Order: sequence, then structure tokens, then C-alpha cells
Amino acid sequence: MDNKKILEIIAAIAKKIESEKDFLTELDNEIGDGDHGINLARGFKSVEEKLPTFADKDIGAILKGVGTQLVSTVGGASGPLYGTAFMKAGNVCKGKTELTDAEFVAALDAAIGGIKMRGKAVEGEKTMLDALCPAYKALKAGIDGGKNLVAALADGVEAASAGVEYTKTIIATKGRASYLKERSLGHQDPGATSSTFMLQVALEILQEK
Amino acid sequence: MKKLINSVEAVEEQMIQGLVKSAPNKLRKLECGNVVVRANKKVGKVALVSGGGSGHEPSHGGFVGKGMLDCAVAGAVFTSPTPDKIFEGIKAVATDAGVLCIVKNYTGDVLNFEMAIDMASDEDIKVDHVVVNDDVAVQDSLYTTGRRGVAGTVLVHKIAGAKAEEGASLEEVKAVAEKVIANVRTMGMAISPCTVPAAGKPGFELSEDEMEIGIGIHGEPGTHRDKIASADEIAKTLLDKILADIDYKGREVVVLVNGMGATPLMELYIINNFVQDYLAAAGVKVYDTMVGNYMTSIEMAGFSLTLLRLDDEIKKLYDAPANTPALVR
Repeated sequence: MDNKKILEIIAAIAKKIESEKDFLTELDNEIGDGDHGINLARGFKSVEEKLPTFADKDIGAILKGVGTQLVSTVGGASGPLYGTAFMKAGNVCKGKTELTDAEFVAALDAAIGGIKMRGKAVEGEKTMLDALCPAYKALKAGIDGGKNLVAALADGVEAASAGVEYTKTIIATKGRASYLKERSLGHQDPGATSSTFMLQVALEILQEK
Repeated sequence: MKKLINSVEAVEEQMIQGLVKSAPNKLRKLECGNVVVRANKKVGKVALVSGGGSGHEPSHGGFVGKGMLDCAVAGAVFTSPTPDKIFEGIKAVATDAGVLCIVKNYTGDVLNFEMAIDMASDEDIKVDHVVVNDDVAVQDSLYTTGRRGVAGTVLVHKIAGAKAEEGASLEEVKAVAEKVIANVRTMGMAISPCTVPAAGKPGFELSEDEMEIGIGIHGEPGTHRDKIASADEIAKTLLDKILADIDYKGREVVVLVNGMGATPLMELYIINNFVQDYLAAAGVKVYDTMVGNYMTSIEMAGFSLTLLRLDDEIKKLYDAPANTPALVR
């Protein structure tokens, strides 16, 4: 995977978030404060505008740039969380214009580490981690077991989607939804949903020849 | 959606511009964004910085001025401001005495302020923060990130602001802010929802005969829904929860009857009428009462009740002069 591919994925994520803006906001209305889609769409729109300036950058610089842009434009909790995730992923890709499959896995691991650190959260609390952590495990197992990136990431996306379903069955303990306790049951987590969208988009772009 | 706005995108900035133009001798807006600071920077004292999503007017920009805040950073409606903007605010008002950030306990606010504080610390600015968590509707437990920060935050602004104005150290200002937080409790409710301009429709729905008890200040659902009751009965529900949380008996308190945005003063006074009698009967002595819109949720109809337990120090600081657009003493 090279820097051009990364830019394509980022651009496609921006489009996906924009088209799912209302859906994400709707999910957030049910258990949060109804701004997840609006905030993320605002952030990724500004990332999209910034993309041409990233054209010749290495992958580390691109991801760091995306993270910085998200932190300064999204707001809410998702700004610092997604922003930190992209910045941490950028750290482990510093200077690279191409990523091996193992390095892609390491970048996702770093991103998840950033979210855990900033959000002081772990799996099982009805957050984006409930999609991202299973996705990482499935992706890593696939790559370690000799699958190619597309096949392994497809496993990851499947695991993330299952994670989103899982968030319907648990009570929120982090984020604004946590104030609802039992009333958060039955609702899927907006953050887990948006992070699954991002992985799906990455898979779609990688599937294109 | 029916609102007196020009465009959804311009809501926050035009609101801040309008606030600053209403008090040009007191306030100034930073070029970089919706950051309000005092027109004349006060040096030689700890600077207080607060902020949060817009939609809570007059919080927080209306409390910038002598005796209260030095800076308020406004995010998009109901959305925490971003770390870079908070950092600009901190930089603009920082003094050698240091900066204290007053943050409402909401995940977004806490995360963004923490990132901004990291950025300021990296530039050798002496900065600390307190997190206000006065809402008794949602209990602190293993399963929550703690209680929400709501209308009690205004009293933290007032009292910590007075302490800073006296020239107290950062440690002393933080200590008094923590003391207010330990002694202030709030609970709210709503009878009709609010509409975030960018969302275009109400964040929740309540039928004609329903109310939401324990609602947060973003229209986020509270503890439960119930059939609407009389003003006295509702006020009693909220007060009982507050009075059960810490011991107010025999103590002096400040009462804040806070409107959520669309509740007429007429109704707030009706509520206060009951609150005063009920507290007297419960053996709680009211030192002073504030009635009005202090921490709103756009056009939500409803109110919150806040009780602050006083001691000699808090009382003196509560009475100290303040000169801000939304509070003059």
C-alpha cells in the first residue's frame, strides 16, 4: 500500500462520512447528543479540502496531517479520539511511502492505542473500540495466518460489523451515552458505526484493482 | 425548524460577535475563532478559562469580565471547542500566576481541554484544571464517567473568579473551585425539546403530557420519562434528589433556579415560590437566590435547580464584586 492509496482511502472516507452524516447523527440522537455525524462530516470536509497539500507527502505525514486537521475541526469527543488515532498511526508510518501488510496492521494497532489512551477506555464500554479492537484482531490473525491484505481486512470489517451489533447488547459506560445506563441498550454505538464505515471504505478501495 | 438565524453555519460566530458588541468595553473576540476574552487583560492574577459547546448562553461568554472568567471558548452548538482554539484562549490570557480551566464533565469537553492543556504545558504555561460534576440525576458509579457538569458551573465561575481577582495563587484558586464543586448539586428537567440548528429538527420528542426528568443540558435524555405534574410536584422531585445527595440541613445555601431557554420567568418564579417554602420546612437556610437563564439548552423548555452549600469563605467570594454581561454584583 503506497501513499497514493492512502490518499484515495482518506478521500473515500470523507465521502462516506458525508453521505452517512444524517444516519450517524440519528444514532447519536438516540443515545448521545445528536452531533456525531455533523461533527465528523465537518472534520472530514476540511480534511478533503486539505488533501491536495498532502499529495507528495509520506504516509506518516499524511496521517498526522489528517489527525491534526480532525482535532482542530471536529470537536466533541470524536475529534480528539479520531484525531489522536490518525496521529498515532502516522507516528509509526513516519517517512514511509509504502506500507507492508504488517506495517498496516501496526498502524491500526497504534491508532487503537491512541484512542484507548486519550479516551481512557477499554473494550466492552460501548464505544468505537468495540468495532476497532475485534477488527484489529481479525486483521492480524488473517495476516499472520498468511492471508493477503484484502482478505484479512475483509475479516476485519466483518468483525467490526459484528462489534457494532454487539454494542446494541451492552450498556454504555463511557461517553455521553453512559448517562443513559440501561436505556442505552438496543442502540448501536455511533462511534463504533463510524469507525466500521472507515474500515469498510478502506477495504473497498483496496479491492479496486 | 423556525429560528431567528441567518444561516446555520454562521450561528456561533454571529452570536459571539453580537455578545462582544453588546459589551465592547468589557469583551473582545480573538481573531482565531469564537474565543471571548476581557477587553483589558488583567495581569498579576490567575486567569480563568472556561468554555464548551454553544447553545448554553449566557454560558460561558456572558461570564467573562471582572470577578469571573478571563476567557470563554465557544464550540459549535452542543459541541466542545477544539484543542487548538482552547489553546489560543489559554495563551491569550495566561499570566505568570497561571491559568485554571473550568471544564464541565462531558467526555468531549474533558478530552478537548486535556489536549489543550497538554499543548499549553508544552509551551511552559502554568495551567491546571477542575472538572465540574454537579448533576445528581446521573449517579457516579463503575458504569459511568461520572456526573455531568451543568448549571452549578456558573457558581464555580463566580466564586473561583472572585478568588482569582483577590490575587490568590493557582493552587488556592483551584482549591476553592474544588470546594464549590464538592458543595454544589443540580438537577434538571424538560417539558419540550430543543433543535440544534445544524440538525434542523428536535433532538428528542415529548408528547403533550410527558416530561423528561434528569435531563442534561444538551437535550440528552435524563433518568426517566413521566406524565407531566404540577410545578410544585416537579420541583419537589428535583429537590428531594438534591437534598438526599449531601446533607443541607441547618446549612446556608445559594439557590439557582435556572431556565433552560424557553421557560418564562413567570414559571421560574412559580417554581421558586415552592422551592423557598420547601427548603425552609426542610431546615435549609437560603442566603441568596438567583432566578433566570444562566445555563440554557437553546430553546428547551424546562429548568434546573442548583443548591450550593456555603461556608464563610464561599459566602464572601459569592458576595464579591463581578462585572460581566450576564452577572453584575
